[in-house]
Amino acid sequence: MSGNLRLRIGITLFVTLIGLIYVLPSIPAVRESSLGKVLPDTKINLGLDLQGGMHLTLGVDIDKAVENNISQAGRDLRDIARDDGVFILRPTVTKENHLQFVLPKADSRDKLDEIIAEHFENFRVNSRTTLDDGQVRYDLIMTEKYKNYLADLTLDQAVKTIRNRIDQFGVSEPDIRKQREDYRIQVQLPGLKDQQGAIDILSRTAHLEFKMVDENADIAKAQKGILPPGDELAMMQHTNADGSSTETPIVLKRDAVLTGEYITNAGTAFDSYNQPYVTLTFNSRGARLFERLTGEHVKERMAIVLDGKVYSAPVIQDRISGGRASITGSFTTDEAHNLAIVLRAGALPAPVTILQERSVGPSLGQESIDQGINAALIGGALVIVFMVIYYGFAGIVADTVLMLNIFLVLAGLAGFGATLTLPGIAGIILTLGMAVDANVLIYERIREELRNGLTPRAAVDMGYSRATLTILDANVTTVIAAIILYQFGTGPIRGFAVTLTLGILASMFTAIFVSRILFDLWLVKRPAKAGLSI
Amino acid sequence: MGLNILKKVPTVNFIGYRKVAFLISGLLILAGVVSLAIKGGPAYGIDFAGGINVQLKFNNEVELDKLRDALESIGLEGLTVQRFGMQGDNEYLMRIAQSDIETDSLRQGIDSALAKAMPELGHEIQRVEMVGPKVGADLRQKALEAMFYAVLLIAIYISGRFEQRWWAAGIMAAALAGGMYVLGLVGIATGYLTIIALIVALALCWYLKLNYALGAVVALVHDVIITVGIFSILNKEFDLTIVAALLTIIGYSLNDTIIVFDRIRENLRNRISKDFGETINVSINQTLSRTLLTSGTTLVVVVALFVLGGGVIHDFALALLIGVGVGTYSSIFVASPILLAFQPPEEPLPQGAAPAKA
Repeated sequence: MSGNLRLRIGITLFVTLIGLIYVLPSIPAVRESSLGKVLPDTKINLGLDLQGGMHLTLGVDIDKAVENNISQAGRDLRDIARDDGVFILRPTVTKENHLQFVLPKADSRDKLDEIIAEHFENFRVNSRTTLDDGQVRYDLIMTEKYKNYLADLTLDQAVKTIRNRIDQFGVSEPDIRKQREDYRIQVQLPGLKDQQGAIDILSRTAHLEFKMVDENADIAKAQKGILPPGDELAMMQHTNADGSSTETPIVLKRDAVLTGEYITNAGTAFDSYNQPYVTLTFNSRGARLFERLTGEHVKERMAIVLDGKVYSAPVIQDRISGGRASITGSFTTDEAHNLAIVLRAGALPAPVTILQERSVGPSLGQESIDQGINAALIGGALVIVFMVIYYGFAGIVADTVLMLNIFLVLAGLAGFGATLTLPGIAGIILTLGMAVDANVLIYERIREELRNGLTPRAAVDMGYSRATLTILDANVTTVIAAIILYQFGTGPIRGFAVTLTLGILASMFTAIFVSRILFDLWLVKRPAKAGLSI
Repeated sequence: MGLNILKKVPTVNFIGYRKVAFLISGLLILAGVVSLAIKGGPAYGIDFAGGINVQLKFNNEVELDKLRDALESIGLEGLTVQRFGMQGDNEYLMRIAQSDIETDSLRQGIDSALAKAMPELGHEIQRVEMVGPKVGADLRQKALEAMFYAVLLIAIYISGRFEQRWWAAGIMAAALAGGMYVLGLVGIATGYLTIIALIVALALCWYLKLNYALGAVVALVHDVIITVGIFSILNKEFDLTIVAALLTIIGYSLNDTIIVFDRIRENLRNRISKDFGETINVSINQTLSRTLLTSGTTLVVVVALFVLGGGVIHDFALALLIGVGVGTYSSIFVASPILLAFQPPEEPLPQGAAPAKA
């Protein structure tokens, strides 16, 4: 055996060993054994389509966040100006991020401008219009820079809140990513079983408000749209004895007396009828506010509103100290549990909408694996048998390197921490077919050279050297297509691109390098004149 | 010696059949285009059009009509129900065109509607996919861009490798990238932009005499159009996995074309014949057994995928099946005749090499 051949065998064994180190941890039995502690922590991750789970794309409503911020600024301006003796009327947010209001007394214009300049550096005065009756209408606009800052901040906060909620919901390996350019959030929850519950807790804004009930308002009139100023009409949910629910109209004061931002903890408990309810704990500031509020409004009703829906409106019996409150209402144990999670994790800074959802039940995943592996085994077996029949001994060489090829692809997937998806399995099966191509190119070339009268030794040399460049050219184009697939694809498509690329790289190594070794070993022991089984 | 399909190098006059081949290709493309025109473009799956797919599994067979009636009671817009997978799987796919429904209320709706209408059957929701209209439009655009860049990069690679004219390939890339950018600024829809860019790419290949690239790109555009056309005729939907299949077809078709082109180049260097058509013919014949073998083994595994791979990748396997077949055909009957029509520049004789016999 020449030194060159020995070196090539060494390289092959080394690559195989590395492959083994990366593949072995994917086998659960090995990972749990003492060997598993020495090996690297790599394994082939199964995609959602194989193990079940959920993929969500959430869109964050940035416009709503900006609108809320402007509307808050309007209320702040009204309060600050009032402290300085300037009164402004009807601050309203108009569509294009403008804040409009009316100043009844034109002579306090300078003072108002001063207040705006001092406290509202994120706004600039767009126009001041003097109306017919001498009042001045102001139009403020939020600066573009602040709007962008606000948008980024909102996205970051939304991601944080969502991560909090998922952590509390209990998912083992969640993957949460923000896409800053279009204000979207990608959430992957592999192996998740309670998909409905997950959507329930992720998409809820969880904006909690306490509002006083306007007992003097006329509900019949309110339903026709005639409301006292500062009031709003809402619907309250009731659960009936038979489990169905009904809604009753209720008139509330529009301004919330307290919001969910003061909540430090939330949990679930059961009342004496075994009905679940949600308990809330306020922080010290919230507790003081709540105590003062309940003291001021004894014998009045206070409504608990979550995301615009009234859960209950109990009568305040007495001043409540200690910073605890509860939400009773019509929920199941699961609903109460999820509600507690979202209240604990905090409100989303802006509503989110589910733009895309892909969820696969665990049973379908198992079925897909079985079918994919079945197809791979049968397809592979047919190819292997065919190669032996068609090329004889050389076919066995081809089959050997083909198996090594698949093994290396699996090792590559584990090593890169790539995700194996159903299209990925298809990619492996496809490379099976295409990996044969490199061998076929070489063998057909060798046959051709044998027909031209070359000795087996020379024909093998010629076959390999001539076919190598062709194989390179042909495979580079496929790799280009795979790279583009990876760049533009999402989820399963990326998995497919990765397996395709790994498959091609492995097939070049096995078909050009390793199979040559086997041929050389074989030829070394044969008399020069013997034929070649190809 | 193992088996031999072709005992010796065949001498089929492939180039002589090119008119028949052009007719066949023309008819296939025409049929596809007509089908696309009648149906108003490709039938987009929910990935591109937006909508909801729900896959349901029952313990026993359900009549489609009964299932449809039960599901219609939820009041969904554009509901279709069809069987999914194999006969014995008892799996059904419901497709809802509307995408502004919340999926958790949809799940509840389905659960209660089915529990009411067919309580004895025991159903399971296996898979829910919802794509909002905005995401759908984004995905559609990305898919088109992917196809375009794949074709462009491949054209550059072929021009560089086969004709050693990287500069010409570079000019083409720069012109196209610049053109795309400007047209994009003007606000032309990505769909038209891609088509325009492709036509410009072909024109540039022709103008810069990048004939190998021209042949290869025409062949792969041919393959993609025919595959898309057959999908339209069979009323199959386009989704992201089909785009993946199309890109794989592009890779495969090129793989095949390049192996023939490589041999043509080698034979040109060896001056096996004064007649270019003859050189091409010999080259195709020399590589024919390899072409048949590789396509054969690839088809065997793709057929295994198609038959046994399960419902989720059924259409993906179908696209590959069509593509591998058409891709093999096009490297012989489309790419090579185009190369003949435009003739590559003479290959320089390598130093010290004697012209080989045919």
